[in-house]
Amino acid sequence: MQGHLNDLQQRAQKKWEQLEGEALTVRIGTPTCGRAAGALDTLQDFRERIEKEGVEAHIIEVGCMGLCFAEPLVIIHKPKSGLPPILYGFITQQHVQRLVEGFLLGDDPCLELALGTVEFKEDGTPYIPELARFEIEERLVLRNCGYIDPLDIGHYLARGGYLTLQRALQMEPDAIILEIERAKLRGRGGAGFSTARKWRGCREIEARPKYLICNADEGDPGAFMDRVVLESDPHSVIEGMVIAAHVIGASQGFVYTRAEYPLVIERLKVALSQAREIGALGENIFDSGLSFDIELVAGAGAFVCGESTAMIYSIEGKRPMPRVRPPRSVERGLWQKPTVVNNVKTFALVQRIMEQGGERFSRIGTVGSTGTAVFALAGRVQQIGLVEVPMGTSLRKVIFDVGGGIPEGRRFKAVQIGGPAGGCLPESSLDLPVDYDSLRQAGAIMGSGGMICLDENNCMVETARYFLDFLCRESCGKCSMGRLVTKQMLLILEDIVKGQGTEADLDLLAALAHDVAEGTICNLCSSAANPTLTTLRYFRAEYEAHVKEKRCPALICRELITYYIVPEQCERGCDHCVLTCPTEAITTDERTRRKRILQDKCVKCGTCLDVCPPEYRAVIKVSPPEKVKELEKAAGG
Amino acid sequence: MTGELLDSYPAQRHSLLRILQAVQQTEGHLSEEALAAVARHLKISAAEVYGVATFYNQFRFIPYGKHHVVACLGTACHAMGGQLILDAFERELDVKAGGITGDHEWSLDRVGCIGCCTKAPVVVINDVIHARMTPFKVEEVLAVLGFKKSKKEENAGAGASQ
Repeated sequence: MQGHLNDLQQRAQKKWEQLEGEALTVRIGTPTCGRAAGALDTLQDFRERIEKEGVEAHIIEVGCMGLCFAEPLVIIHKPKSGLPPILYGFITQQHVQRLVEGFLLGDDPCLELALGTVEFKEDGTPYIPELARFEIEERLVLRNCGYIDPLDIGHYLARGGYLTLQRALQMEPDAIILEIERAKLRGRGGAGFSTARKWRGCREIEARPKYLICNADEGDPGAFMDRVVLESDPHSVIEGMVIAAHVIGASQGFVYTRAEYPLVIERLKVALSQAREIGALGENIFDSGLSFDIELVAGAGAFVCGESTAMIYSIEGKRPMPRVRPPRSVERGLWQKPTVVNNVKTFALVQRIMEQGGERFSRIGTVGSTGTAVFALAGRVQQIGLVEVPMGTSLRKVIFDVGGGIPEGRRFKAVQIGGPAGGCLPESSLDLPVDYDSLRQAGAIMGSGGMICLDENNCMVETARYFLDFLCRESCGKCSMGRLVTKQMLLILEDIVKGQGTEADLDLLAALAHDVAEGTICNLCSSAANPTLTTLRYFRAEYEAHVKEKRCPALICRELITYYIVPEQCERGCDHCVLTCPTEAITTDERTRRKRILQDKCVKCGTCLDVCPPEYRAVIKVSPPEKVKELEKAAGG
Repeated sequence: MTGELLDSYPAQRHSLLRILQAVQQTEGHLSEEALAAVARHLKISAAEVYGVATFYNQFRFIPYGKHHVVACLGTACHAMGGQLILDAFERELDVKAGGITGDHEWSLDRVGCIGCCTKAPVVVINDVIHARMTPFKVEEVLAVLGFKKSKKEENAGAGASQ
């Protein structure tokens, strides 16, 4: 059986080398976000044109390279040209013909469409030397993402896949725990608990059977790291899970993912059956005596299920409300049996650690937080995408050097880290190193890794209200703090964004937030206070403008703003705003042709501001709303 | 229809979630009869089934429209103006989130996050993701999919433009 895997591996490697060394390949990224950018049309067009022209080229569908801002992404490797693989960005259908005729048929590598060339590090990790972000990034979890075909286990095997598992299965479980301990791996789900300790705890318990759960219920809005890993490199996670099963002695595993991730479900199903075919799952895995299989469970859209006790109830088919701990899940988890729950990225990292050694891993990052952190960078930032940096890298580096800073010359205002349980950190925190402990001190948490940038056009009070609204909708209702106090906080914030708040509300809000932080059953609601507390702490002036002056400085809170067309700026002949206004709230003065907004009809959708040609910029927002009367009076007089 | 479907699942509590998902997949929503049938199949009370079903956002107790619109209100979408997109759909379709138009053609929902944050704000219409929406694009998207405002509104519109 061992020979069997080695045979498969050698064959896969030979095929891979042929593919890499001789064949003309076109890699097209088709993860969920790529699809939203039109990657499937690009793919289809490449297929049709290649067939029509009779080009001998392999089209490979790959996952996400993390450069989501430039999707659809295409990598073309033409060994005959003597050039390394070239990465092209923003390749929608209109560019396909150019690439096929220019590079696939001809000798022109179409460099005007290229983002850079693909080079490889010693361990085979692809990187783009032309992009500055790769100087900062260190890709462990994302090593294979965007370069291998996630639906072809051969690609994974060719890069040494499952050999680590084979070796690990011959090791004593305690020796594996020691290696993970040497790496000082902390769980990537957010809380940062020591993985070795969790595993040892479960291993020492006698009760059987034991269960293993991969938490892929990435419910934090604004986070998509786990989705990308499972869509792009599912076998890394499966391999890590089987290693963990060997250590704790689990017979059955589960991947609990979200129904909102149909592509994850589709690709994981294929990956699981391929893993079974080569004997990496099932009875007597690689002749080691270990029997272990993985069942895929699709959640049904409940944020609370990301909490491990709730997730366990959900798998059992019960109403998923978190319970008080202890007993911890490692003692009494799924069906009251010892259960280990780890995050997607934790399992992927276990595979890397067992492959490259714990010592090497522990040298990356900081003393307290080793290894790398994966962030989903989104919101108001130039190069939106997935980022993997050594722990301890500063926020500034991640946002400005990797992410390219804030678009359109606007000012950075805050970064929201860790989802609804995380916090909003201001400009003064930008030099903070990102690791578990520094973030906690600043009032945020690592969370699972969502990082949303906010600029001067985002209102911090409204942001705090948004997270509480999310939490109230998702609160399971079991404990009164989670059910009632969060609701009370939400009502206060709703008053404030409507301009009905008072100064006393701010102190009440802070007091309630502290109560929530201490008094709830589970971590989800207790950390719900973080967005409110951090915005109060770092952006108090903005709250005060809302309650004292009834003004929203960011011009976002709808009840506190009015749209206004500056007559002198309005180019009278143009009718863009009039034609696009959904409520016909803009009138034209018959004599001057100037436009005016009928405030009682205006729904404040912002379309007029969007469509007003940039050379006029006649539409503005004003706050407080009464200010518009002064402006109209001044203009009229 | 539910009966045959149920027989293909073992009568274990563990299967409840996937049974509910399968019923919704085939019938479009979870009717009272279907929930009762699931309860009988698993030999648990209908209240237990209802308690689980209502906990999750995925399950609907009224049918979908022919076109099902889901506006994402994840953090990134919210920061990029997602609420304005939902508002625009509510206004154009004249239904609130969670509702359905009188002719059963269009239903509207909101979702916490679909993880497509790099293309924010997004909406999903019948499983197709529409990226970087604006309130103005809402009208366009609806028109392409054949949405017609009701006659009364059309007349009002025609009157105004004359």
